[in-house]
Amino acid sequence: MKIADTAHNEGPSAFAQAAELELRKVSKRYPGQREPAIRELSLTVPAGEVCVLVGPSGSGKTTAMRLINRMIPITSGDILLGGRSVLEREPRQLRREIGYVIQQVGLFPHLSVGENIATVPRLLGWPKERIAARVHELLELIGLDPQEMNGRYPAQLSGGQRQRVGVARALAADPPLMLMDEPFGAIDPINRARLQDEFLGLQEKVKKTVVFVTHDIDEAIKMGDRIAILREGGVLAQYDTPREILTHPADEFVARFVGADRGLKRLALTKVAELKLAEPNGSRPDPGADVVRRVSPETSVRDALSLMLTEGGEPLTVVDADGRVEGLLTLGVIEQLLSDEAEEPAPDAAQPQPERTR
Amino acid sequence: MHEFIEAFHFIAHNGAVPGAPTALPSLTHLTLETLRVAAIGLAIALALALPLGVWLGHLHRGSFAAINVGNIGRALPSLVVLAIGDAFFGLGLTVVELALVILAVPPIVTNAYLAVDGVDADLVDAARGMGMSGLQILRRVELPLAVPLLFAGVRTAAVFVVSTTTIAALAGFSGSLGDVIANETSYHFSGVLGAAICVAALALAVDGALSLVQRLLTPRALRTGGRELSVDATHAATVA
Amino acid sequence: MTPAVLAAAGPVIPNFAAQSSSCEIHNRLFCTGWISRNWGPVLWPALREHIVLALVAVAIGFVIAMALAVAAHRFAWLERPTTLVTTILYTIPALALFELLAAPVGLNVFSAEIALVSYTLLILFRNILAGLRAVPADVLDAAEGVGMSQTQTLLRVELPLALPAIVAGLRIAVVTIIALATIVYVVYDRGLGVPIHTALGEGPFKTELIAAGVLAIGLALLADGLLVIAQRLLTPWARAS
Repeated sequence: MKIADTAHNEGPSAFAQAAELELRKVSKRYPGQREPAIRELSLTVPAGEVCVLVGPSGSGKTTAMRLINRMIPITSGDILLGGRSVLEREPRQLRREIGYVIQQVGLFPHLSVGENIATVPRLLGWPKERIAARVHELLELIGLDPQEMNGRYPAQLSGGQRQRVGVARALAADPPLMLMDEPFGAIDPINRARLQDEFLGLQEKVKKTVVFVTHDIDEAIKMGDRIAILREGGVLAQYDTPREILTHPADEFVARFVGADRGLKRLALTKVAELKLAEPNGSRPDPGADVVRRVSPETSVRDALSLMLTEGGEPLTVVDADGRVEGLLTLGVIEQLLSDEAEEPAPDAAQPQPERTR
Repeated sequence: MHEFIEAFHFIAHNGAVPGAPTALPSLTHLTLETLRVAAIGLAIALALALPLGVWLGHLHRGSFAAINVGNIGRALPSLVVLAIGDAFFGLGLTVVELALVILAVPPIVTNAYLAVDGVDADLVDAARGMGMSGLQILRRVELPLAVPLLFAGVRTAAVFVVSTTTIAALAGFSGSLGDVIANETSYHFSGVLGAAICVAALALAVDGALSLVQRLLTPRALRTGGRELSVDATHAATVA
Repeated sequence: MTPAVLAAAGPVIPNFAAQSSSCEIHNRLFCTGWISRNWGPVLWPALREHIVLALVAVAIGFVIAMALAVAAHRFAWLERPTTLVTTILYTIPALALFELLAAPVGLNVFSAEIALVSYTLLILFRNILAGLRAVPADVLDAAEGVGMSQTQTLLRVELPLALPAIVAGLRIAVVTIIALATIVYVVYDRGLGVPIHTALGEGPFKTELIAAGVLAIGLALLADGLLVIAQRLLTPWARAS
């Protein structure tokens, strides 16, 4: 097992606040139970990356997350945040440095939106002006109008708005680590997709180290820089980038968990622009013909394939925003992509090695 | 503490006061009288208030009235009601009973209303879906589930009625243990104390008896094993 | 021990002298003359004493009940014995409890207040505990997750959210105590029970009776209303939904 080579506290973090998180053979055993809930879990999340813990129920993913901020006591092993063991920290102090978002959000009903967001800064004793400025900044960051929303109460917000405020509250003290437990689970699918996109946009800006728990493999693939698939008993089945997991699942369990359609899922990760397109036929494409058979380079290969199949398998013309023809997308191109990736050896050493267990 | 010892002597002698010139009623007699007066008042109040509260709760109507009658009833000092009765009609048994009814109805109504109104709406809905009529729902679903809260009101009212009966002696009504308490000159403080102990015991006994009845009436599955203590549960209303 | 009977001397009793109006002699319902004459010497002091009696009792009862409720919230086993004791105190009729306390404590303010405080305990304890328990689990989880200590959680999250239940309990306690305080005079001659008692001894004298009665009832309803307003002011988040 190779431990990640990432240097401590480095990473593409714009706020220079993100910290590396390392779980070192962490175990959790509940008294009276024969099997441990978490069995010697080890993984490292490089600073500024989103690690998704995913698995079936009973896999201990939420337990693992709650071990990090010591909401659940660790039985054995260690957890290091930014190189420092969390066991050495006073739990309450530790938690004020970790953003915590749960599924039901848990906004304080008796405090306004602004006061909710200000919770940790208040606990840390920040001066009033700094708190007010931070609240304002965060409200804008999550896309809510500060004027309007600062004084509102949670009961007056929609589910999606509450979730956003929950995220803002977690970000308020600019913590080096964020823990998110199925944060979008209680939201309807349409708004969930929106919230996921918004969070990804946010993460682009703030670059926090995030541990994100979900039971939904599609959400994991969408949100994660790395995915840790846990099987029952908190055992790590595979820890890798989404692409790797979809291309080279470590074992039968992982392959089943990601679903028989992992080939298609993989295609969703790639954009048409990244493909080696075929040359257009000699003749100029007929400008009037088949606008329908055009696709932009930004489209995911999966969506393009779907379009192609509805058009009877005919090739699509890839046309960029300026109207230039980039090439032809045929079924053959897609097949080539899939077989190329399947043949790829283990990822090259230049990239940080993720954990992998059998 | 010697007064307590004397008080127990007083009780042991069934209220006989040494050296008293006239024959004073015995403690047993006074206790039974207190019970009788209280029981009549409670019975009338129950007959009036229970059906009303239950029916309103079943229909989920009249919540404002049902809850506020409890508030207002609580604001009426027993002594004032009795004194007014005395001032205008003279304090005979009828007037005392009237006062008891006026004071006992509010907690019974309010609690009965809350108890029936508060039954889980989903259960009632399921029952209606099964084809039960309103009355059947009331009898088979709402009332059994309403027993704890409902009885809390009854027990509050019962103790209140016993208490008010003794207070009636202060307003001049004779025929309860309150007579002794109001009449220290004849009975001396030891008598007063003795009677007070009896009143306390009586109230606790009444409450205990009703608690047993409540336990018998509570569906077996809902019994929580001894938690049926008297509660003025009208607080539940104003929480919402 | 002499029973506490008569209250203030002075022009309380209609004495059929030249000063009494015909209203008083005929014992009509509401002799305004009598009231204006006796407001200062009789009614107002009684009202004032009554307010003090009730306020002190509820304040002390609140402190005790709050301590008990917070303790029972932490240590669940405390609930049962506390409920049992406070229920017994609540069940003992007021008249009896006053006399029972008078034996060891004496005919003074202490027996009065101890008894009144006992009556507040059950209501307040029950309500505060219920309010604390009603705080949603996810809010408590979030409070722990952001790093609040148990005390901070209690003071900043649980108690504020328990306010509606607490105020509801206070309303009941205050109204009950104001009504009960009319009987305090049997051990301690203060409060609105005093003019009522005097009036009962004279006829009964209707005007005085009604005046004192109206004051007692009015005081209770006023206190109730004030607490409702206080609750609205203290829980702005409840209005917003």
